[in-house]
Amino acid sequence: MATFGRAVGVTPRPGFWGYLWSWLTTVDHKRIGIMYGATTLAYLLIGGLEALLIRLQLAHAESRLLDPDTYNQVFTMHGLTMIFLVVMGFNSTLFNLVVPLQIGARDVAYPRLNAFSYWMFLFGSILLNLGWLWGQAPDVGWFGYAPLTGVKANPGLGPDFYVMGLQALGVSSVAAGLNFVATIINLRAPGMSLFKMPVFSWMALLTSFLMIFALPVLAIGLIEVMFDRLFGTNFFNPEAGANPLLWQHLFWIFGHPEVYILVLPAMGVISEVLPVFSRKPLFGYPFVVLSGVFIAFLSYGVWAHHMFAVGLGPLANTVFGITTMLIGIPTGVKIFNWLATLWRGELKFKTPMLFALAFIAVFTVGGISGVMHATVPSDYQQTDTYFIVAHFHYVVAGIVFAVFAGVYYWWPKYTGRLLDEGLGKLHFWLFFLGFNLTFGPMHLLGLWGMPRRQYTYPAGLGWDFLNAFQSAAAFLMALGTLVFVINAVKSLRSGAPAGDDPWDGRTLEWAIPSPPPAYNFAEIPVVRYRDELWARKYGPHGERAHAPGTSRRPLSGHNPGGGDGRASDNPGHTDGHGAHIHLPNPSYYPLIVAFGIALGMFGAVMLRPVEVGGLGPLGWALVGLGTLITVYGSYGWSFEPAG
Amino acid sequence: MAQVERAAEHYTSTGVHPSKLLMWLFLGSDCFFFGSLIATYQAYRGQSLVGPHPHEVFDIPYTSISAFVLLMSSLTMALAVNSIRLGKMGATRIWLLLTAMLGSVFVGGQVFEFTTFVHKGLTLGVNLFGTTFYVLTGFHGAHVTVGIIILLSLLFASFLGRLTPRQAMTVEVAGLYWHFVDIVWVVIFTVVYLLPY
Repeated sequence: MATFGRAVGVTPRPGFWGYLWSWLTTVDHKRIGIMYGATTLAYLLIGGLEALLIRLQLAHAESRLLDPDTYNQVFTMHGLTMIFLVVMGFNSTLFNLVVPLQIGARDVAYPRLNAFSYWMFLFGSILLNLGWLWGQAPDVGWFGYAPLTGVKANPGLGPDFYVMGLQALGVSSVAAGLNFVATIINLRAPGMSLFKMPVFSWMALLTSFLMIFALPVLAIGLIEVMFDRLFGTNFFNPEAGANPLLWQHLFWIFGHPEVYILVLPAMGVISEVLPVFSRKPLFGYPFVVLSGVFIAFLSYGVWAHHMFAVGLGPLANTVFGITTMLIGIPTGVKIFNWLATLWRGELKFKTPMLFALAFIAVFTVGGISGVMHATVPSDYQQTDTYFIVAHFHYVVAGIVFAVFAGVYYWWPKYTGRLLDEGLGKLHFWLFFLGFNLTFGPMHLLGLWGMPRRQYTYPAGLGWDFLNAFQSAAAFLMALGTLVFVINAVKSLRSGAPAGDDPWDGRTLEWAIPSPPPAYNFAEIPVVRYRDELWARKYGPHGERAHAPGTSRRPLSGHNPGGGDGRASDNPGHTDGHGAHIHLPNPSYYPLIVAFGIALGMFGAVMLRPVEVGGLGPLGWALVGLGTLITVYGSYGWSFEPAG
Repeated sequence: MAQVERAAEHYTSTGVHPSKLLMWLFLGSDCFFFGSLIATYQAYRGQSLVGPHPHEVFDIPYTSISAFVLLMSSLTMALAVNSIRLGKMGATRIWLLLTAMLGSVFVGGQVFEFTTFVHKGLTLGVNLFGTTFYVLTGFHGAHVTVGIIILLSLLFASFLGRLTPRQAMTVEVAGLYWHFVDIVWVVIFTVVYLLPY
């Protein structure tokens, strides 16, 4: 306890360990964003390999490549990985990398809480995947329907890793959501009213609200499953009179807002990329923003469209069918505003633009099939078939196009180097073709009756050719991703220097050096216009045809305090007027607290009996140890000077 | 909790203190935790196939008294916030301690109540009522316990000189949490104990 209140690592330590330590204790949103990005990329490759395994298994009828148990684990983990670790991880990456720069802030409101969110994300993702070591990864689908998660139906450790892994990831998301709402509401640059805020930051705000209000519902559902499994409660036990449908309600009250947690940031990326590469302001900014708000609200009123076939009755089905179709309106408003942004623009088809346009196309296809099964009788035909698989891949896997649009767009800001355009276009076309050839035919297979989640199918039903075709096409996507990895490595080694503003950007992040200095802005800008940087370059009404020469723009003062601006986590830079810029101290407490919580949660998994691979009552020792570490870390955190 | 974060002394867009904003947001989020549990309780209200049933175990006067004790702790909490704003550290310490003590009486009362119920045959797994009752009220009891730990930590910090009238906002934010937990109990007490089955 004597160490409480002592600042750590203020003097940089030399060598590799010092460098590693500086990352482990960092509270800089930029470094945290980079760690999120690296983790997300790793899981994109893992989730992609799982997808390839699924496609190999389904390439021909009666395949025995994977046994049914393994297949269940692989498709479950593919879904969980892609949703919770890849798309949500990527959202956190961009929130960290982009939001503080766009709103003209030096960091997020709570830098240590931000570091905690990352460590909790990392440990949660490990916990979710840890079941592989026991050969018992979660095998209940990403939705984990009760009573399949009950201890009778599923005595193994799979559901326990599911429950605890998602719970840990939920802690991370709620913490991140709280932090980013607080940041966006409270730390905008002077003059940046909400309706002068860039659309990506708007969507980050809405997503953060959805996270803090949706994940608690999942958390309670998971707690109920955990109690059923560990302590013999009856939440989902039909023998005691319980109704397992309760889980479906709780899960989808979380699960549908979750869909918008995934897609709203993607819509934000698109709303940034299209105006820049059309050299026009976003068409109908207030409509795009308010459509996002409307979508976020409505997302809480549509959950039962995942449950049309469980027998809620015609009244409930009709109401939820109508609310679901209503969501098509604000979504359509956004799509038409994006198209109007392109109209008569000076279009430049750089890689980010290609990915952005592809997102609009595939998302429209996914949106239309969504309206199709919002129609209840139509859904009766389509539910649990590959038609649904096609639909949600066009929506959720379609988000990956926005992911890549964002990566190609903001990469130069953080590396100072451009990605290769040729390789970028190759990546795009491989991925775009592979995507449509893989998921497009699934619509047909679904309408022909091929059920989802089955590990194989008999020959002679007319499904053989398309399945083989899709499996081959899936490798085009894998190849595209490989091209991206090569492009990334090449850019880091020898990419062309990007400069501060390679795309002739409109928003504040392009006004500062690439990569940004630790303090982001030497002077906090005063904002007067929606496209502030554009207005500074070309005048508020575009009256100047050319940006004012090569002279430094007002915000980009390099290293005003002297020294290397990238030696981040070092307090004591000075701004242009010689005043001190205080940066938060690095701290290892977020790492300790996250580790303690994750260890306690792992202990809860290990409470399961020895016969199935747990430790039995010995698990309490791990729970206790985790709790002690958490308490120690929390007190250290509370009494440490924040900087 | 005890440390006001860096941004505190600086400009904020809304003028609202960041700690206060964060606590309000957290409480909004917490509403959904409690909301989901209360919804579960209501979905299974009166659905138990076997006893013991609520009327066989509840002692309404006893629980009313412990509810009254918890509500009174909101008064002492408000007095603690007021004292530290006025710079009276001695009074602040007394009110913080008293709030924590009243909270402890409530949690102790809950432990006693749970023990009594178990002796009457109401265990976690016996029926839906036991399952939903213990998890809902236990979740609330855990919140009160965390609140007590926060209050005692603040008291401890004040003796170390780490809680001074300059950190009045910290006490105010802890108070927000405490009042919220009290208000949730008003809802739970009404729904679980008072509404007829």
